[in-house]
Amino acid sequence: MSELKLMKGNEALAEAAIRAGADAYFGYPITPQSEVIEYLMTEQPEKRTGMVVLQAESEIAAINMVYGAASTGKKVMTSSSSPGISLKLEGISYLAGAELPAVIVNVVRGGPGLGTIQPSQADYFQSVKGGGHGDYKLYVLAPASVQEMSDFVEDAFNIAFKYRAPVLILSDGLIGQMMEKVNLKDQLPRLTNDEIIEKYDSWAVTGRKNRRRNIITSLDLQSEKMEARVHRLMKKYEQMEKEDLRYEKILCDDAEYLIVAYGSSARISQKAVELARKKGIKAGLLRPITLFPYPKQPLFELADQVKGILSVELNAGQMVEDVKLSVEHKVPVEHFGRTGGIIHTPEEVLEALEQKIIKNGNLRYHTTRESSIL
Amino acid sequence: MTEEIIIAGFGGQGVLSMGKILAYSGIMENQEVSWMPSYGPEMRGGTANVTVILSDERISSPYLKLFDTAIILNQQSMDKFENSVKPGGLLIYDPNGISHHPTRKDIQVFQIEGTKLAAEMENKKIFNMVILGGFLKKKPIVKLENVIAGLKKSLSERYHHLIPLNEKAIQVGMESIHPY
Repeated sequence: MSELKLMKGNEALAEAAIRAGADAYFGYPITPQSEVIEYLMTEQPEKRTGMVVLQAESEIAAINMVYGAASTGKKVMTSSSSPGISLKLEGISYLAGAELPAVIVNVVRGGPGLGTIQPSQADYFQSVKGGGHGDYKLYVLAPASVQEMSDFVEDAFNIAFKYRAPVLILSDGLIGQMMEKVNLKDQLPRLTNDEIIEKYDSWAVTGRKNRRRNIITSLDLQSEKMEARVHRLMKKYEQMEKEDLRYEKILCDDAEYLIVAYGSSARISQKAVELARKKGIKAGLLRPITLFPYPKQPLFELADQVKGILSVELNAGQMVEDVKLSVEHKVPVEHFGRTGGIIHTPEEVLEALEQKIIKNGNLRYHTTRESSIL
Repeated sequence: MTEEIIIAGFGGQGVLSMGKILAYSGIMENQEVSWMPSYGPEMRGGTANVTVILSDERISSPYLKLFDTAIILNQQSMDKFENSVKPGGLLIYDPNGISHHPTRKDIQVFQIEGTKLAAEMENKKIFNMVILGGFLKKKPIVKLENVIAGLKKSLSERYHHLIPLNEKAIQVGMESIHPY
């Protein structure tokens, strides 16, 4: 039975992992995502569903435990925050290379380096442009509410198994730490070992005898074979773009000015759009829900309608590059965002829209990255 | 109806839990709620604050610059948030430890001696409930019975025997709030 609760984003995500029928969670605590492992340890899901929860000795150990468990066809998740995700990147690249399904959660904090424990969206490049080495992409979901922190866990597992690929849930300190009302989904049963063999016997190492051996590896020293593997990955990513793109349009029908923002920035920007509308400015919001695949086509089409676009992110200007690539210079595109753990207010976003886009409506392509930072 | 509230004071005063009880009360009335804490290093001994929003509609930004109500429980928070109250809005504060009282004339300012009243009730922990009572007197955005229902939800059962005491504290707060 579904259940209504007041929960932190991190807690809702942890509970959702249990309810999605996950087999295992391996993690290591770091602010601002520690509630994920704290909740799981308190909740003791091994008693509810048999799900394994283990605090590894490090982030690197955790991601390699994920690799091992995923190799056997199990539903497995790990989570961390920015510096911890950097440590996991080698493992994430291996997961992509070995074509393993897994869910990785990043509750982003400010960087670079140890940075700050406050919210940030400065891991956009790391999330959508590889991060680890090699030709791979992650399917990236960006929740903007506690409800989505819960809902996206099952979605992420579904995508991970549909494509046999690692999926990233890219949250941040604000969404992870805030509490909202959340409707929890019904408990899904964990797959039995027989069900796993039935579903994933073509690739998983299940221990079944009398069949061709399944070998999980990302290593291929024969160049032709390795190239074929890379092409296979690219095909998956193309299919993701065709079948699993997600985005939300808010007040875009008559918009003259557009804000593009994801996650916590989308929530703040939605309020900025409401404030703008009260002032008579026809502003709209496009919220990418998946950051890869990116809503290129919807943005390309909106660029014919609007006079300018502001990319609002809690960073020094990262997603703005994808907005620019999407609209192909049809309209001016600017960036606005605070960094260092400071969160922009709706009023600041509206002011940036007025100053950078509306006021400069006649000037095109005049700013540099430096001038786009407050 | 949308009510945007900042509650700010020292860590340990029950700022976050007061916000949580308010959020739970909102849920009991089928409202949309958000609870956004400052969870920075300041939580460990310094100032703590939480933004709580209750609304009939989907809440857009959980993070705000301006508030309908500021509930201020120490001097640092007064310095930081007096100017964050919307014109015509409400500022409620405990004068205990306040040396610079609010000066704005375009907002309503109310005092409640929460620290003193809680001491008189011989339980410092109900301080935040006294303050909550004062707030609910000025802005009855949730019914008292739903606050109690919210308390039941947010407290684990072994503390349920304290609910009558909390209810009393809310009543005391309601009776004691006065204009500055």
